[in-house]
Amino acid sequence: MNRAALLVLADGRFPAGGYAHSGGAEAAVKAGRLTDTASLEEFCRGRLHTSGAVAASLAAAAALGLDPGALDRAADARTPSPALRAVARRLGRQLVRAARAAWPHQRLDALVRDFPKGAHQPVVLGVAAHAAGLGPEDAAYCSAHEGVSGPATAVVRLLGLDPFEATAVLARLAPDVDRVARDAVAAAHRAAREGIDTLPARSAPLLEIGAEAHAAWPVRLFAS
Amino acid sequence: MTPPGGVRARAEILARGDGHGRTALPLLAGEGPLAVRRTRGTGTGARVLLVGAMSGPLGGDHFTVTARAAAGARLSVGSAAATLALPGQDRAGARHEVRLAVDDDAELRWLPEQLISAHGSDLEVVTRVDLAPTARLVLREEQVLGRAGEEPGRLSSRLTLRIGGHCLLDQELACGPGAPAGWDGPAGLGGHRAVGQLLVARPEFATEPPVTRMLAEGAALLPLPGPAVLVSAVAPDGLRLRRLLDAALAALG
Repeated sequence: MNRAALLVLADGRFPAGGYAHSGGAEAAVKAGRLTDTASLEEFCRGRLHTSGAVAASLAAAAALGLDPGALDRAADARTPSPALRAVARRLGRQLVRAARAAWPHQRLDALVRDFPKGAHQPVVLGVAAHAAGLGPEDAAYCSAHEGVSGPATAVVRLLGLDPFEATAVLARLAPDVDRVARDAVAAAHRAAREGIDTLPARSAPLLEIGAEAHAAWPVRLFAS
Repeated sequence: MTPPGGVRARAEILARGDGHGRTALPLLAGEGPLAVRRTRGTGTGARVLLVGAMSGPLGGDHFTVTARAAAGARLSVGSAAATLALPGQDRAGARHEVRLAVDDDAELRWLPEQLISAHGSDLEVVTRVDLAPTARLVLREEQVLGRAGEEPGRLSSRLTLRIGGHCLLDQELACGPGAPAGWDGPAGLGGHRAVGQLLVARPEFATEPPVTRMLAEGAALLPLPGPAVLVSAVAPDGLRLRRLLDAALAALG
């Protein structure tokens, strides 16, 4: 076990391009659904238990060694929005580049070879965790955490929210992150036994719809 | 009275081309609260109505509806009324399973009325669609959370679409008391009380996929990774949701 590697991988400064994405927060701010600390917390909680839980499960399954091709197809099926599929692949491409530099590994090389357009980011994250000597639980934590820290950081810029308040939101969400990470690891083990179709598929309708609205804007602060 | 353990009921529909350009229904069977009737079809297709859906499902009930459109069939299935999920005597939740299959050179239009999740109910809906590579499908699902002015029950639905064995869509939605927190927040439903999906699969989408677009503020047309599109919509109520989905279907031609 190489716990310090988790800090490197989960660090917001890890150069994988995540800082350019708001995780749907920019669309929600524009639509007037996300206006303050309380609605940020609700937004993050909803995201965490839906697409966040799916991403964490995919990451845990990839770290466990399940076939990245099958996991990538499962991610596609769980992401009906073409804008979000494109974003997930772009982030996956950026992450694999940074991860290969940090933790050279043949599974990362294989990802680059097999997915010229990039694999879904959670799948890459799981493989990167494995390359770094981490396990499924670390991958799930990393995925769940960045799924809420991204929007929280973005909202500081979008709404001029107090960074202390945004961090307090993340602290309050910690028990939820614990639960989602634990469930994701259980889901990954179940997928290994019973097949990848058993992975969770929870969706958040306004995230999918909002992502398409956002992708059509001519000018925006964040890429998604 | 609902017996302990609830009601188990099945309905089965099988349609196939009769070899003369029309659609035959060699199997049309329902039991208990699930009755099926052939009604006057349009053109050469067959039209079937699910009737008696009003009586359930109650807690503990387990309904299974199976429909298959075999080669040459043009099958359209609707329901006589909205389905109302109600609390039952049984503490267990209810389950409503729908299994649809469409073979090559066949079409299924699955257009039931809304599912209304009444206060105190607990229903799990599982819809599994398996299409052959050249099968055609129109499927509509509408979930209305609570009757007018009522808090909803617990509702979870999972919709999967496979074409030629390849999974294009796997989507689960959980709402109401007991659903994971945040379901009604700014990422989930944002206070909307109706949510719906329109799923359209056509072989020609493989070469000419529809363009992704917003259809309204709460509705987007989403091409899936294969010859199918999903229209995902939220609306304040069932009536406005139906208008969005009808407009989406008309826009697809």
